[in-house]
Amino acid sequence: MSDASTPSDGDGRRPRDRPRVAFFDFTGCEGDQLQVINLEDRLLDLVEVVEVVSFREAMTDHSDDYEIAFVEGGVATGHDERRLTQIRKNADVVVALGSCAAFGGINALRNDQDFETVKERVYGEDADSITSYPTARPIGDVIAVDYEIPGCPIDREEFVQAVTALVNGAEPSIPNYPVCLECKFEENTCAFERGETCLGPITRGGCSATCVSAGTHCWGCRGMVDHPNEDAYTDVLEAQGLTTEEVIEEYQLYWGWQREQRTVADGGNRPVADDEQRPLGDGGDR
Amino acid sequence: MSHTIDVDGDLVTRVEGHGSIVVNVDEGELETCEWQVVESPRYFESMLVGRSFRESHHVTSRICAICSVSHTIASLQATEAAMGVSVSEQDRRLRKLALYGETLQSHVLHLGYLALPDLVGEKSVLPLAETHPDELETVIDLHRLGNELTEVVTGRSVHAQRLLPGGFSQLPEERELETLLDRLLNSWDAVAELADLLAVLADELPAFERETEYISLTHPEEYAFTEGTIYSSDVGEIPVSDYRDVANEYVVEHSTAKFARHERDSYMVGALARFNNNAEQLAPRAADIADRFGLDAPVHNPYLNNVAQLVEVAHLLAESVRLIEALLADGLAPQSNYHVPEIDPTAGRGIGAIEVPRGVLFHEYAYDDAGEVTEANCVIPTNQNHGNIQRDMETLVPTIVEQPEDDVKHTLEMLVRAYDPCISCSTHYLDVEFVGEVA
Repeated sequence: MSDASTPSDGDGRRPRDRPRVAFFDFTGCEGDQLQVINLEDRLLDLVEVVEVVSFREAMTDHSDDYEIAFVEGGVATGHDERRLTQIRKNADVVVALGSCAAFGGINALRNDQDFETVKERVYGEDADSITSYPTARPIGDVIAVDYEIPGCPIDREEFVQAVTALVNGAEPSIPNYPVCLECKFEENTCAFERGETCLGPITRGGCSATCVSAGTHCWGCRGMVDHPNEDAYTDVLEAQGLTTEEVIEEYQLYWGWQREQRTVADGGNRPVADDEQRPLGDGGDR
Repeated sequence: MSHTIDVDGDLVTRVEGHGSIVVNVDEGELETCEWQVVESPRYFESMLVGRSFRESHHVTSRICAICSVSHTIASLQATEAAMGVSVSEQDRRLRKLALYGETLQSHVLHLGYLALPDLVGEKSVLPLAETHPDELETVIDLHRLGNELTEVVTGRSVHAQRLLPGGFSQLPEERELETLLDRLLNSWDAVAELADLLAVLADELPAFERETEYISLTHPEEYAFTEGTIYSSDVGEIPVSDYRDVANEYVVEHSTAKFARHERDSYMVGALARFNNNAEQLAPRAADIADRFGLDAPVHNPYLNNVAQLVEVAHLLAESVRLIEALLADGLAPQSNYHVPEIDPTAGRGIGAIEVPRGVLFHEYAYDDAGEVTEANCVIPTNQNHGNIQRDMETLVPTIVEQPEDDVKHTLEMLVRAYDPCISCSTHYLDVEFVGEVA
């Protein structure tokens, strides 16, 4: 790992034995990269199997020569969008890291608010000087994404497993069962039985029901299971006399983008017309 | 020997550039000197509108992962103040412990992962595994200890779950606190090793001084973090209710991040401001480190913010020991593992003010009588420091323009890094580019 941060030798094609990996952050809190740093000494094992060429939270060096790009955060400006397009060109594999990148996450909480009001609330009389897109979007709405590792923040073990799979030429696998299944294994008292509403029945598992285990309820941070109507943990919902749609409406913290997608007839890809997605002004650039 | 220096961070074409220094020197005359910060707006203050008082802290935790416990606690304080909710002494101690853990983690991340590689001539912390394995082990161990503190108290270190309005959903077990106490008591060698390492760095720091206004919280009985009133080195104590007059935010043409000023053009928050305002309340072990580095309040060299962070690392460890001993001596009051503190939502307005790794943080919310947010305001530390970085640069650059451009660049980068600008709250990758010819 002596050359862990050595830039490419110029032709960008020198012999290598480890995949070159880069981390990027867009609009978000950078908690997913922090989870990677929080691997502590296991981070050193990680760099035995991959060569990290860019990781702003932990290194000052940077190279555009990489095979795997882990991208954290969502898309909020034209600058974000152009950077992302370049990363897609550079990388063989793009992995969305965390919920904002994977499916919009908490950034999209503002998506159903009137954008002029949003700007005015935050920037007051300077609102006109702010340029950003009227909605926050996941990176998959701008570029093709090969894999997603959801979570707010990501689960460290899931990240390690995904890297291991990629290094071995396998496909990272993310569960498509609801949080409830893992919650049973954790022997938690069901949040519904405690009189709370929980998103566990329709939220993608893989987190060991961390929030219920901490004494609260599932907030939906890993996004919905692939097909909420079929894949949900219906036992719990039926016992509570709730429908999937009712639960989806109960909390809206992480699902702003996903809810928009569901409202589009025939499962279309975009919630609003293209021209609404154009940047105001120059889109966040200067 | 006059020459032209043009330091320009080109934000459009530089993929990581969100914070840039632009310095233009023409024939020895300083023409432009700007600290430019472009933030990618996330609109949290708007996102909060319409959310329940049971969700506010969950949402604002996502402002910044490195400071997620900090934002959570400031948020809870604002909500509790708005609804007149009191928090038990035990829970206030536990919150303090969680915040100390996060601040420890953040300071060690900055000192060990960012400053230390510079010191030993590496571009990242990773090569240290071969060149400085023992030192790296020390850094990782202290970083892990900070995270463990937060995890034991709040369930996890990033976006903690157990912190709720009015208290905790779940408490740590006493045996977990006992284990943690042992870990803390055995950490002093690691702190000494980190201090030895940084002692070398301290000699490399520029001898630049510029007195400014230093703003922090202050508390009569302790080195303030979670409780206290605002203190300005210029005018003394200021009630928290006047925070908007202190963090007087304004917009500058060259940045989208807000700047702030109070009595002067700019002020400084963070470890050095806390040290300057409250140094006499440091734990003895922390005061010893300050002595070793010759840090004697008030310190006017912003580069020494790094050293103040090291001093705080020692203070936070010592205070964590004291807090855990007190918690264990009193015993934890039993509660359910799914506790929901009872709160009748009422309309009102409340402010949370706490010291977080990079300085004083304010959250203010107004709620309606259904307990939904009608208005929110968050003032983060890094934005309060932008103006001070700008003024430092304006004072510093004319004294170094005759130096080679690489040196000018390095000195300015170090200045910005010394402030440890929060990488996600506002400023991003520092990017400096020379495009002009230099004699």
